[in-house]
Amino acid sequence: MNIMIVGCGKVGQALVEQLSDEGDNITVIDVDERKVNEASRKYDVMGIVGNGATHMVQLEAGIEHTDLMIAVTASDELNLLCCLVAKKAGKCQTIARVRSPEYSKDAPYLQEELRLAMVINPEFAAASEIARVIRFPSAVKIDTFAKGKLELLKFRLPNNCILTDYSVKDISTKLKCDVLVCMIERGDETIIPGGDMTFNQGDMISIVATPQNANRFFRKINYHSNQIKNVIIAGGGNIAYYLSKMLIKSGIAVKIIELNDQRCEELCVELPKATIIHGDASEKETLLEEGIDNTGAFVALTNLDEENILLSLFAHSIMNGKIVTKVNRIEYDEIIRKLDLDSIVNPKHITAECIVSFVRAMKNSMGSNVETLYSLIKGKVEAAEFVIRERSPILYVPLQELVFKPNVLIACIVRNDKMIIPRGQDTIKLGDSVVVVSRHLGLHDICDILE
Amino acid sequence: MNFAMIFIVLGWVACFNAVFMLLPAFVGIIYQEFAGFAFLNTSIISLIIGIALLILIKPKKKTLYSREGFVIVSLSWIVMSILGALPLYMSGAIPNFIDALFESVSGFTTTGASVVPSVEDLPNCCIFWRSFTHWIGGMGVLVFIMAFLPLSGAGNMNLMKAESPGPMVGKLVPRVRSTAFLLYAMYFGLTVLEFICLLFAKMPVFEAVNTSFATAGTGGFGFLNDSMASVSPTIQIIVTVFMILFGVNFSAYFLLLYRHWRDAFHISEIWVYFGIIALSSAAITVNIRNLYDSIGEAVRHATFTVGSIITTTGFSTADFNEWPEFSRTIILMLMFIGACAGSTGGGIKVSRFIIMFKTLIKEIQIQIHPKLVKKIKMDGHEISHETVRSLNIYLIVYIFIFFSSVLILSVEGHDFITNFSSVAATLNNIGPGLELAGPSQNFAFFSVPSKMVLIFDMLAGRLELFPMLLLFSPATWKK
Repeated sequence: MNIMIVGCGKVGQALVEQLSDEGDNITVIDVDERKVNEASRKYDVMGIVGNGATHMVQLEAGIEHTDLMIAVTASDELNLLCCLVAKKAGKCQTIARVRSPEYSKDAPYLQEELRLAMVINPEFAAASEIARVIRFPSAVKIDTFAKGKLELLKFRLPNNCILTDYSVKDISTKLKCDVLVCMIERGDETIIPGGDMTFNQGDMISIVATPQNANRFFRKINYHSNQIKNVIIAGGGNIAYYLSKMLIKSGIAVKIIELNDQRCEELCVELPKATIIHGDASEKETLLEEGIDNTGAFVALTNLDEENILLSLFAHSIMNGKIVTKVNRIEYDEIIRKLDLDSIVNPKHITAECIVSFVRAMKNSMGSNVETLYSLIKGKVEAAEFVIRERSPILYVPLQELVFKPNVLIACIVRNDKMIIPRGQDTIKLGDSVVVVSRHLGLHDICDILE
Repeated sequence: MNFAMIFIVLGWVACFNAVFMLLPAFVGIIYQEFAGFAFLNTSIISLIIGIALLILIKPKKKTLYSREGFVIVSLSWIVMSILGALPLYMSGAIPNFIDALFESVSGFTTTGASVVPSVEDLPNCCIFWRSFTHWIGGMGVLVFIMAFLPLSGAGNMNLMKAESPGPMVGKLVPRVRSTAFLLYAMYFGLTVLEFICLLFAKMPVFEAVNTSFATAGTGGFGFLNDSMASVSPTIQIIVTVFMILFGVNFSAYFLLLYRHWRDAFHISEIWVYFGIIALSSAAITVNIRNLYDSIGEAVRHATFTVGSIITTTGFSTADFNEWPEFSRTIILMLMFIGACAGSTGGGIKVSRFIIMFKTLIKEIQIQIHPKLVKKIKMDGHEISHETVRSLNIYLIVYIFIFFSSVLILSVEGHDFITNFSSVAATLNNIGPGLELAGPSQNFAFFSVPSKMVLIFDMLAGRLELFPMLLLFSPATWKK
């Protein structure tokens, strides 16, 4: 696929790194010659120096043959202009990074009216990620399907969990939960379980469920009696704003500590339900005074990576809750991971990941009908979402009568925004979205899962 | 320094060489020549070496940085040249190994300077091999390998930069591999086109193949003792046109292929290149018109010679060594100018002269207005200070290598014009020089040390100096 990336900052570079490894033809455009040279030296891409929003530069970069244009410069307006010009000049899909909160409210409108394929807001994406982590504190990894209505959660089965004596089919019969276990990792082994499979201590389990059902499931197995109820956020930037909105919505109390009094007042107006503290979050006294030792979660979102890391380490020493640390610089990732921190969130990395998964889906949907694709275990297990747009032999046949390939599981069927955990008598209908977990990589069509 | 990766690439070079060698072996079978076995043997030896390297060496890291790129390119060319010389030596076509190496290097670097006194006595498979080395050397061995092998990642650009000529090497399309493939596709297409034209001009198939290869790589190895003098005028005209076409920057063909007519016709380097050809042909025609029967013949010889020298091919239809001093001087100057950047030709390259000229004008203006701010532009793009700086260094190194070589050659006691033009003809990858090394002569009279110097010059000239120089720099080999 031919991809044009305008803006060669951190996100741009992360995208280039990821996408050029996946075999796409990439052209990067930036006004800064040094950055362009750097990118084309490090990766197998073509670099062009110039303003990516101008028609001339886009022509030079070959907009006619481009399939996707990604505008990730520092300026929202420039990104939108890039996409507009590209849309007129070529027949490509466009992705714009729009980060300012004012435009973010307009995002759905902009996306619709300017016919953008995707509008990505790094702060919003980071906030969603953090919110997910806080809502399911022990889940290791969360992916979403069906535009966020369905979640795939991965967690480790703790010792003395009631699930240990259960088999997979007991979940629906005994626990009466609508969740589907789609993968069990036991040691080095990865199993796509049948109904009779039983759970062991220390298994890594992946389940598919709606957020509400997942909550119920965790409650039933006593996995999270300690649901997080209150959160302290250090630093009141855009991520803090988005995050607070999300958390308040799901009934979690939020306390934001912010140094700038003007910003405090702004937040106060925007987030009436949050507690806004005017103070220095890097001061030990302030944190203790606000009861950091009794909060369910602490999120460090100040502008300085070092401060965030330090605060998190301090929080870790005095509290038992979940700790989320925002780190902007990707380079020292490995070292930071060695520190005793729970969750590290990198907004730029998340942005790049979001775009890359969109690109993957787009690439997959060229010649196939995969909507979303996640690699659950690199090179071993994939979860793919298919949208059934045309008739095929698999439709309207009860699942128990179909012969599937080994190690394939239909994890979920989404019909009219409702989630169905498939049982033997269920059928797949036209217009459904079907999530399939399998050890066969590179499925292109729903029919590929049949024997 | 990532030695493992260097050996891996060298292993691939040897394997590809083994495949290339099968072609002359096949020619040997067609003409039932004993020399064909020498090619088959070398092919097997290359294959064994190549596969051994590929199997035995397991690189830990696959990244190629700039210095590995340079080292790989120069070592690959040396390995190719040595392997290429083996069959010439083993078949007895060239009894002395250094001579065989000279011939092989001259082939791969598309120089076309020969040590063989009578080409017509060589076996056909050797003649074919000489022409084929031109073809593969013209666009580059590693570019060829890159077009067909998925070498890892971005480091490949370093290989391409080191092997492709010109002050600013860029890509045509985002991927190095696709770029390499496109270059070879265009190159192959043009070669086939010439081959068909030559067939229409009633040239025998074998000769047409050899001529096409030698023209495409702007090499200049002939299959006749008198180069191109005794072939028909139509063929001479076809060869003239194609020599000039192969001296054009290949990005122009790329732009034409993708129908960017405006951009293709706005590359200033090509216009200057055509301008130089037209002017010098006209000047030489006027100068030599009395030597020939008709003005048409004079024009034909003048354009052929100018085309042959500026593209650094080195074919000849007339012994320009016998021409008046004015014409000889023009020819000697053309040797230094060379073809366009990004073509298969050698020399200093037209674009470097354009940039130098523009720098000169800028410097003069700065003398007049000391606080002047001015940037050098070419085809609407700014030429960065880095490019100008590396160009200046290139020239200094060029002059240094040039005069050191002339100095070493002078020990032998031949006349100055012979030494000077021999170095010019090899460092610029042309082939024939003047006087003793003129088009009707060959390079066999030089002693072994002088030949070694000329071999170095040819390689340095083809790879644009730095890759060869880096081999001799201790800093390259430091851990």
